[in-house]
Amino acid sequence: MHAVSQLFHAIPFDLLFIQTVNGVVTGMILALIASGLTLIFGIMDVVNFAHGELFMLGAYLGFVIFVTTGSFWLALIGASLIIAILGAAMQIVTLRPLIGRDPLNTILVTFGISLVLQNYALWQFGPVVRKIPEPVDRYFTLFYLQYPWYRILIAVLSAAIIAGFYLFLKYGKFGVWIRATAQDRIMAQAMGIPVPWVFTGVFAIGAAMAGASGVLFAPMVGVSHTMGLDWILKAFIVVVVGGMGNLAGSIVAAIFISLLEAYSSVWLDPSQAVIVSFVVLILTLLFRPTGLFVSTSK
Amino acid sequence: MTAAPLEKTIPVGNAKLGHTTVFWIGFAVVMAILIVAPLILPEFWRRFLTEVLIWGLLAMSSDLLIGYTGMISFGHSAFFGLGMYGAAGSLIALSKSLWLATLCGLAAAAGAALFVAYFSTRLRDIYFAITTLIFSQIFYVIIFTWTTVTGGENGLIFTRPHLTIPFLYDARFTSTTMHWFVLAVVTASYLILRRLTRSPFGMVLQSIRENEPRTRAIGYPVERYKIVSVMLSGLFAGLAGVLYAVQNQFAAPDFVFFLTSGDTVIYNVIGGIGTLVGPIVGAGFFQLARELLARLFGDQFPYLIPLGAVFIAIIILLPQGLLGFARRWLNR
Repeated sequence: MHAVSQLFHAIPFDLLFIQTVNGVVTGMILALIASGLTLIFGIMDVVNFAHGELFMLGAYLGFVIFVTTGSFWLALIGASLIIAILGAAMQIVTLRPLIGRDPLNTILVTFGISLVLQNYALWQFGPVVRKIPEPVDRYFTLFYLQYPWYRILIAVLSAAIIAGFYLFLKYGKFGVWIRATAQDRIMAQAMGIPVPWVFTGVFAIGAAMAGASGVLFAPMVGVSHTMGLDWILKAFIVVVVGGMGNLAGSIVAAIFISLLEAYSSVWLDPSQAVIVSFVVLILTLLFRPTGLFVSTSK
Repeated sequence: MTAAPLEKTIPVGNAKLGHTTVFWIGFAVVMAILIVAPLILPEFWRRFLTEVLIWGLLAMSSDLLIGYTGMISFGHSAFFGLGMYGAAGSLIALSKSLWLATLCGLAAAAGAALFVAYFSTRLRDIYFAITTLIFSQIFYVIIFTWTTVTGGENGLIFTRPHLTIPFLYDARFTSTTMHWFVLAVVTASYLILRRLTRSPFGMVLQSIRENEPRTRAIGYPVERYKIVSVMLSGLFAGLAGVLYAVQNQFAAPDFVFFLTSGDTVIYNVIGGIGTLVGPIVGAGFFQLARELLARLFGDQFPYLIPLGAVFIAIIILLPQGLLGFARRWLNR
């Protein structure tokens, strides 16, 4: 009995609660990135290696717009729009010629794009970490911490963007086109849906989501040119664990992975906590290669 | 086999030379140039050429996967880096023998390759690429954070071993003998890989690339072939790592990082996959372009922007790479 109560006292419940909140917040940002990635994969069969770089550029653009206008919300909208246009241009110039070729070509091309974008950011902004101040600077008390409301706002905003996107897919005209193309590309084309433009639109939407999450994330840690790779790796893990092309699966997986990493960083060094999500990925690939959150009846 | 009737002849002057003869003449000419090169080139370019050969070996090892088995590995930095760390660890902790270091580097790379191969070969295409990438990051995180053994961020520094042939030869490496040593290893690796890809084993790998379900239906254990090809590829990548460590007298975590794997893929695509020599040409092209850009615009110039653009253009416009036109001829 004594041992049980000792064990009970050894578990830092306050810390675990704080990490739960942290995990959900980063999980929502990750979900926003990963849902763009999984959307692009599900519809176009393109693994967008440059997705992390779009996220990074979104953060930088948000920083630039914030410095010139002083408004965080303008930065959020402006950066998302510019990244959407950049994504559309990327798709038209580099991915459209590859339609019909081996899908492995697309991972190579987007890898090339990510190199170019990352080095452009390094060249343009230098290796210094830039920071956007939090637009909401109120705090609330969480045990012994002053927890910023802004983080809660990030989670809510990310959820709102994803929800809005879901409604758009479900009811919007273009959303119906996207779903039709995902179901049967050739049939959709036969019905008069401009499939190449659906691809461009999907890529632009995915890019905008990455850009928006970049701006939302920027006040938390700061913007650097290497942040893309960290997040694309996480997003890859999420997309595979959630099931490639499965939107709901990747949202659940994003929160699951982020919570796991948050809990394990209570006991491990944060850089080693990454390994936990790697292990989850390996186990998933071994036992459920189609994803953890896929209904098997499908 | 039906190879003999298909043997085409290439007219040279009045005599007609067979494919094999032309191939070996070309091979001898290139070898002669590479052997003589360090005697003519100044110190900087001598080292440069040696490094190109090492990167070429790394790229060639990954060509076995990309070009022949049809699997893109984004994780070759792990094998390369473990080759480096294996060699460095042996030189620091065990003995100053070059051959023992090579053996340790190869063993480390082979261990990593077995681990990666076991898990990743269950997957295909994009999933394989992502998994290899993530595995290489696992090795990077381990090497980066296990400071007591790997030296963490600082890496391992050691003195270069002597070039020894037991009972015959024992001398310090000069940049010229280093070049010849690297050249010998790379050439031997090329000949082994060429033999492998032309063997029945290599034919099965290529048939997996062309049509995996059919290869399985014929009765080949596809998974086992894939595991062996990843392991072989990892072994040669580890050998490149050993050479790089010996040449530069250090092992650093930067080389385990994803960027090395990315460069390897770029060399392959630029040079032409499925040719074995193409990746070496790609590595030379990339390194030369990088050096020239640095000389023209200064060290800070982001050379990966123009080179990345070239890489993208080659995938779209010239998917066979620079040596693609010679692919069939080189593999005959």
